Amino acid sequence: MEFFQVLTNSVGTFMAAMGETVKLAIVALIAASVLGVIFGLFTVSKIRILEFISQIYVGIIRGTPLLVQTFIVYYGLAQVLRPLGFQWKLIGGPFTAGAVALSLNAGAYMAEIIRGGIEAVDKGQMEAARSLGLSYSKSMRKIVLPQAFFTMLPAIINQFIITLKDTSLISIIGIRELTQNGKILAANSANRVMAIWLVVAVYYLIVCTILSQIAKIVERKVSHGK
Amino acid sequence: MENKESLKSKGPMISVKGLKKCFGELEVLKGMDVEVKEGEVVCLIGPSGSGKSTFLRCLNKLEEANGGEIIIDGQRITDKKININKVRENIGMVFQHFNLFANLTIIDNITLAPVELKILTKEQARERAMELLKRVGLEDKADVYPSQLSGGQKQRCAIARSLAMSPDIMLFDEPTSALDPEMVGEVLDVMKSLAKEGMTMVIVTHEMGFAREVADRIIFMDDGYIVEEGTPDYIFNHAKEERTISFLNKVL
Repeated sequence: MEFFQVLTNSVGTFMAAMGETVKLAIVALIAASVLGVIFGLFTVSKIRILEFISQIYVGIIRGTPLLVQTFIVYYGLAQVLRPLGFQWKLIGGPFTAGAVALSLNAGAYMAEIIRGGIEAVDKGQMEAARSLGLSYSKSMRKIVLPQAFFTMLPAIINQFIITLKDTSLISIIGIRELTQNGKILAANSANRVMAIWLVVAVYYLIVCTILSQIAKIVERKVSHGK
Repeated sequence: MENKESLKSKGPMISVKGLKKCFGELEVLKGMDVEVKEGEVVCLIGPSGSGKSTFLRCLNKLEEANGGEIIIDGQRITDKKININKVRENIGMVFQHFNLFANLTIIDNITLAPVELKILTKEQARERAMELLKRVGLEDKADVYPSQLSGGQKQRCAIARSLAMSPDIMLFDEPTSALDPEMVGEVLDVMKSLAKEGMTMVIVTHEMGFAREVADRIIFMDDGYIVEEGTPDYIFNHAKEERTISFLNKVL
């Protein structure tokens, strides 16, 4: 019963918090997609230096926890760049820092997904396009990437959901998203801790379910067009 | 005869000198010299692994040569500075595994390059594509995807796709090797009609009957070298090299 009390009593703060979570996720997913395409293309470019840059990026991100990455971006950069007059609050505060950290993190995983998708497309497709006189980038855009997209889609959706849930970790730098909201509420009412965290979980569940459903519709639409 | 003279003065369509190609340690082409005149049909035959396909792929730089020079229609494509995309517009290539664009319909497969490269407008390209589809007997397949075609149909469409760029040279890399036997004929027929029209063609093939009938010249390759070359009559009936004779005995 406490669960429903919490659910109804704190609708306002949770809605606001969910807004933050969704906003953070959307910004991060868009940025991560861009990063993913860039670094994914770097990896398949066969240009040594680009491949190397991409490998370093993916290696560092995959080899370190998101939490530590967040601290490095938020506290680390703030310290190092302070002499230059930089402060996070000048450009949106912890939200921006969190979005940057999350984007860098998800971008590395997206790069790997996109690399895999491109490599799964038969080499003959690129060769045929090139043999007609199309440039590498045109062949990539018109022939290889559209085909890679189909194979990548399930993995991309999966990464979107992971990133959505990873916003939870960004609470640590003080953004009042769902998890932070839960922490604040729980700190004020020790006897309702279980109910509060269950409510938090339910909100995540709702957002993730909606995202999965949208993804399913998109996937169906796209594969119909094929 | 008069015709022959005028061709001579123009120089060969394809001229290859001392072509070498390695894959890592493995030397696949060990110095090839080939000339192909305009309108000539040359068939490359030889055991698998002899370098036939690699040679063909060097001609449009799908493989980068490691030594020697290749001159296509007066342009030295082995030069670093050459705009290879421009050169490729003039060289059609047909692959063993068709390589039709899986994400595009048949008509879009054919119109993509001429439209993207601004050689034809959309309407012109469509018109030309329909002509070509008619020519290869696929006019009713314009709006289907490649996955809905049989192997023979795919290969005929692939030929149409190459022809849409109006190339002066066509390269065929074992165009019938991946086909069911009953579909080989329909593809060879299209190639024969091209040959008759005077297209310059270089064909890697295992179809000895086709080579004998259509080729002006047959090149027998083994182990990265040209062992012997000559007219079909020469290669099939009067070959001098032991390796040519034993290969032909095995495949005929």
